[in-house]
Amino acid sequence: MTPVFYIIAALTIAGGLAAVLLKNLVHAALAVTVAFGGLALLFLSLDAQFAGFAQILVYIGAVAILIVFAILLTRGSDLPQDGVFSHTWLIGLMIAAGVFSVLAWAVLRSVPALPHETAVPAVTVHDIGVALVGRYVLPLEILALLLTAATIGAVIVAMHEKDGAQ
Amino acid sequence: MTPLAAYLLVAALLFAIGLAGALVRRNAILVLIGIELMLNSANLNFIAFWRYGPHPEALTGMMFAIFSIAVAAAEAAVGLGLVIAIYRHAQTTDLDKMNRMKG
Repeated sequence: MTPVFYIIAALTIAGGLAAVLLKNLVHAALAVTVAFGGLALLFLSLDAQFAGFAQILVYIGAVAILIVFAILLTRGSDLPQDGVFSHTWLIGLMIAAGVFSVLAWAVLRSVPALPHETAVPAVTVHDIGVALVGRYVLPLEILALLLTAATIGAVIVAMHEKDGAQ
Repeated sequence: MTPLAAYLLVAALLFAIGLAGALVRRNAILVLIGIELMLNSANLNFIAFWRYGPHPEALTGMMFAIFSIAVAAAEAAVGLGLVIAIYRHAQTTDLDKMNRMKG
């Protein structure tokens, strides 16, 4: 593995850890943006240019902004007095550690059936576009419907409650 | 360690961090951030298997990751809309205080 991979991986993991551990929600949103950026760099290092730039556009451009809006609309930047961790934090930590140990054990003990280093796949954005409107056109249309429904649903859910409804 | 195993380990660690965030934190927005981290680590697995798999020109792993990114964006929009609706109703985003099923 190249040193570049270790640097990007360390950046991504540090961003994720900081997002989970930081007390101030605004700082956590900034840290998760760093983690999203690190993941985009990992995609680029895997020669998946389209997925890498889609990650930057969708996550850093849209999801991070959405998270910041939600934090500001719910006054999440005020620190709670009685701690930020749930009272069942020990069980949650044990479940996460167990999941990681099982996954790491499976990855490290498995014997690779594929060749170690394959050639860089010759896939261009043109190929991806042709595949999207060819073989994958039905999932694409369903996804368009899902995004429309999700947009309308999010607006309706977040709309003001009617007077007297409470 | 093969490159594929290294990427899979990073994805597993990120998944565990996201899971810990979703289970441990009390703020609903932080729980959504944890879920986003888990979805992203699954995407990293798809891309890594696509890159080191036998048929990268078939584009299966890449397509799955692209569709997964789009579905995750829809999930984030609806989830944060729900958090804002609950905050307007209960004046809190603390999950430990949301323990009533009927308002």
